[in-house]
Amino acid sequence: MNLRRSEFHAFTGAGSSRFLYLVPSAAVVQIDDLSHAVLDTLAAGDQSATDLVATLSDRWSADDVRTSVDELLGLRAIHTVAAPPPKPKAEKPKRHIPLQTLVLNVTSKCNLSCGYCYEYGEDKIVEAKTKPRFMNEATAKQSVDFLFTEAGDSPTVNLTFFGGETLMNFKMLQSALAYARERGAALGKEVNASLTTNATLLREEIIDWIVSNDVGVTVSIDGAREQQDKFRVFANGMGSYDIILPNIKSLLARHRRRPVGARVTLTGQNLDVASIYKHLFEEIGFWEVGFAPVTTSWQREYAIEDEGFQTLLSGFQALASDFLDAALAGRRHGFSNVRDTLEEIHKGMSKAYPCGAGLGLMGVATDGDVALCHRFAGSDAHKLGTVFDGVDHARQDDFLQKHHIANKTDCSTCWARPLCAGGCYHEAHTRYGSTVEPNLHYCNWIRAWTNTCLEIYGTLAERRPEYLAQFD
Amino acid sequence: MRHLKAINQKARHIQSIIDNDVVALQQGGPPQGPHVPLGCSFVFSPGWEVDSNGGTAGLCQPVERDLFDCHLTCFWPAHVPDLYNHAPDWTAKCASAQKDWRKIDLIFP
Repeated sequence: MNLRRSEFHAFTGAGSSRFLYLVPSAAVVQIDDLSHAVLDTLAAGDQSATDLVATLSDRWSADDVRTSVDELLGLRAIHTVAAPPPKPKAEKPKRHIPLQTLVLNVTSKCNLSCGYCYEYGEDKIVEAKTKPRFMNEATAKQSVDFLFTEAGDSPTVNLTFFGGETLMNFKMLQSALAYARERGAALGKEVNASLTTNATLLREEIIDWIVSNDVGVTVSIDGAREQQDKFRVFANGMGSYDIILPNIKSLLARHRRRPVGARVTLTGQNLDVASIYKHLFEEIGFWEVGFAPVTTSWQREYAIEDEGFQTLLSGFQALASDFLDAALAGRRHGFSNVRDTLEEIHKGMSKAYPCGAGLGLMGVATDGDVALCHRFAGSDAHKLGTVFDGVDHARQDDFLQKHHIANKTDCSTCWARPLCAGGCYHEAHTRYGSTVEPNLHYCNWIRAWTNTCLEIYGTLAERRPEYLAQFD
Repeated sequence: MRHLKAINQKARHIQSIIDNDVVALQQGGPPQGPHVPLGCSFVFSPGWEVDSNGGTAGLCQPVERDLFDCHLTCFWPAHVPDLYNHAPDWTAKCASAQKDWRKIDLIFP
């Protein structure tokens, strides 16, 4: 019986240790020299276990080689040629996955005019004028009821407020959250609330409400003044940095119970990850900083193209190296992109879908239409129901069937698919006009970045395994 | 595992499954010497149980072959007569399973 290598990605830690990231199980194992030699030999061509014993007989006993082969077979790092691993099928989740997070687009209005905005900019999906500009109280309350119904037995639900600029509808936020907390208490469910804001309207009264209601806050901010004011401007072109800075400082000083995160949009003109991070984490004092490349069609002037992706990767890798130093030294580091990926690697997540959109997470438009996520809220083509009539489960099933990783042929030979699963639906829709398409423009980037995170993971496993134990 | 070390949760989970797995023909204790896998689960028989459409009309092997797949490629003594000791000739009259399966002898212990 000839043996053949199965799918995996080999990587190293900081020392001489070798690791395998197995695909599609997403298991991570450390291998010894013998197992490495077995895999290395099979890389040159299929061989039987008997041949392997002979090939490696100068260094290892037959018993050792056979044990190693058995172990590699058991973990599916190799397989017998006659029995290749089964092809994954696009199956529905085995258990019903309840709705856990509902994102309410409480308004489609915004007081900023960021040049790259996906909601208002050149790549917008929904014509804002066709929908009410603000979500009213009745729709918000109905959304809360919808969340509790769809959440089934889950003890916790997440209610997230989003915009437009979320705080332009502050009055409604207060009543909606009060109602959610009241209903949650009656139903014995915890309501975890959060919001995203551009921080222009964060006045004391609002901060009071955020603090007393334990609301998690993410601030959209692109870095220091010069970086922020490049795109994040008011309609008259005036930059927003000087307006938001005192507001953010006030929020950070007073809101101590929940971490306040910064969310940075990277563009072709703003890729200096190190300086952005330094400003937001060290100088302003955000708990963590998450970066995301702008979602855009390729021809926009702020789009990140090949060279930019390389710059971005180098920047991410340098900051990731800082993250590793901090983790090894027992210091907290706020580069959330790494921490989130390490957690996914540690749990061995092997995704059938790139994210929870349309599954455990949905977005609600101002009129109560329910869509895949907040980025599609209001789009009829991506509608999954309404908060008044519930989820259209036939439509949801159809969506899940079409978007399963097993149906993304381009991803079928990529070792990074357990973590990437094709990438953001909205990004794909903006780039390729369809949510079904995998985001092929950043495949190389994703693989390089995933490899960096795996190397950090391996180094931590070797040198400071207790850091990883926090994810258990 | 001697040569691999499970690092993340998924690897530990897979290891726990492997450690508790049933190994055919093994009575207690870990395998002594090289473990030679036996059994039909290691043999790839396409078109054996269902055809490409999920039915039985287009099987590339007749269903009657099941019998032989159990007694030649598998050691599955409870299901077929003992070919090696007790009933070496039990299929002697059956040249082609598809045509002759009715001629297979009944075997009584």
